[in-house]
Amino acid sequence: MMNNTVISVKNMVKKFGHFTANDNLNFEVYKGEIFGFLGANGAGKTTAIRILSGLSEPTSGEVIVAGFNARHQAEKIKKNIGYMCQKFSLYEDLTVKENITLYGGIYGMSRDLIRKRTNELLEKLKFHEYENRIIADLPLGLKQKLAFSVAVLHEPKIVFLDEPTGGVDPITRRQFWEMIYQTAEMGITVFVTTHYMDEAEYCDRISIMSDGKIVALDTPENLKNKYHAGSVEEVFIKIARPANN
Amino acid sequence: MKRFIGFVKKEFLHIFRDYRTLFILFGIPAAQILIFGYAVSMDIKNAGIAILDLSHDEITQKLTDKLISSDFFRETENLLNYNDIDKVFKKGKTKAVIVFEQGFGKKLISQGKASLSIIADGSEPNTATLVTNYTMAIVNSFTTELAGPVTTPSISILPEVKMFYNPELKSHFMFVPGVITLILILICALMTSVTITREKEFGTMEVLLVSPLRPIQIILGKVMPYFILSLINVIMILLLSWLVFGLPVKGSIILLLAECMLYIMMSLTLGILISTVSSSMQQAIFISLIGLMLPTILLSGFIFPIENMPVIYDYVSAVLPPRYFITIIKNIMIKGTGLAFVWKETLILTIMTMVFIGLSVRKFKIRLE
Repeated sequence: MMNNTVISVKNMVKKFGHFTANDNLNFEVYKGEIFGFLGANGAGKTTAIRILSGLSEPTSGEVIVAGFNARHQAEKIKKNIGYMCQKFSLYEDLTVKENITLYGGIYGMSRDLIRKRTNELLEKLKFHEYENRIIADLPLGLKQKLAFSVAVLHEPKIVFLDEPTGGVDPITRRQFWEMIYQTAEMGITVFVTTHYMDEAEYCDRISIMSDGKIVALDTPENLKNKYHAGSVEEVFIKIARPANN
Repeated sequence: MKRFIGFVKKEFLHIFRDYRTLFILFGIPAAQILIFGYAVSMDIKNAGIAILDLSHDEITQKLTDKLISSDFFRETENLLNYNDIDKVFKKGKTKAVIVFEQGFGKKLISQGKASLSIIADGSEPNTATLVTNYTMAIVNSFTTELAGPVTTPSISILPEVKMFYNPELKSHFMFVPGVITLILILICALMTSVTITREKEFGTMEVLLVSPLRPIQIILGKVMPYFILSLINVIMILLLSWLVFGLPVKGSIILLLAECMLYIMMSLTLGILISTVSSSMQQAIFISLIGLMLPTILLSGFIFPIENMPVIYDYVSAVLPPRYFITIIKNIMIKGTGLAFVWKETLILTIMTMVFIGLSVRKFKIRLE
């Protein structure tokens, strides 16, 4: 294993009864990389993310995340990852500051560190005026940005983003991706699923899942060349579609 | 531990920020106690009773005076024989007739027991129950007073007299145990199931599960505030019924609070169980209200005595935890009995709690998969 490998998946299989959700997956993700995880609905993305984030165990195979085995070190994995899902991960009835403090506390950060990071974060997002407002009062775009900032507050090794930009306007999406780039530059690996194919183009590497298998894994550029396609969207349609039918 | 404390703090914030939750937690119990309490005490102001005194002695006269001077009753008529009873009821002003048997006072002194009948107008069942309960309470206190000087030479009178008059002492304060039973199961089960399904619905549960918090910490963190608030609630209800209605707790307060904690725990685990089977808040509310509130009100013995139910309902109510709790706290609060008399019910509640915990843990695990 290379020294800067943060996720290493070998022969990962996950079965639910007779149904095979993940069929022999093999891939590696490196430090500071933006890794796009694409696939049609039901292709097995969610199952894979749940295993990688320590929520469920693989049926067989070896899964190492942030240096820990997903089979019996799930608790250690959880301390080293951040997570943001498509639904809101912030509490609507708590203020911006209370949400930050809560998640900081859950990840075992000291009070001083939480205070310091909170200030940095509010500064960076120009959020000071919202500090004591409850989340429900914020516009959707701000909420998403804040949710992402909270997910990386404890500076995890990897952050999992499950369709983070659903329902967000194009300008906010762009700003959101700028934040993703900044995060990756800090050395935090970004593992992102999305349905927006233009977003897939921003990733360093993408994998495309179909029917529980990874059918393509490379840089967007290489994939486009290989499949003689003008965009990732075309690549996706060419190889992910048969599985959908 | 620090993670856990932060999480519990957040749960309190949820509760204190939502005035509806606060209202359900503290407003409704207080309102119930006051409504039930005042409805009861107003119904029985100056209710008409008639006396049929077949004995005409000093004791019956004293007891009659005590009844009539009590604010609760006024005398409508003095009857001469049994045939008058029907007539006096038909006039409508009399709610009950008190009948002293012949030689009442003599028997009471010589044999330590005497018969007194309370014949109530059953066409108004609530008033009838209230009037009989009040009468019995007054008669009871009268015998206690009477027994005082008499007991000194002969020790045996007091228990015998008590035995004769309603040993169950169905008190007019029955509603307090009932309200505690209802409020606790509602608040604990409803609130926990709603607060957990809310996290599911808003997607925050997923984030919590991915965090280093263990599932058991999440569950404990969610129910802990409700455990504390429910306990405060019990104390509030007891204080309120003591200050406003003068209802003391006859038995051990510590035992009473311990039993309440057991019952709260049972209700909380029930709430967790409900949350694992329901996917939305509405569903959780629906299951809690229909599944818990109605059976508790109707079948637990809160309003309708279980002894009067058809056998089938008796069996149905046997699986309802409130039935046992109501028996326990009635015993402790009103009769003043100790654990020796309620150990069976306590054991049943404990077993039920264990079963609910077992089921919830299994269900919760299955859902995680």
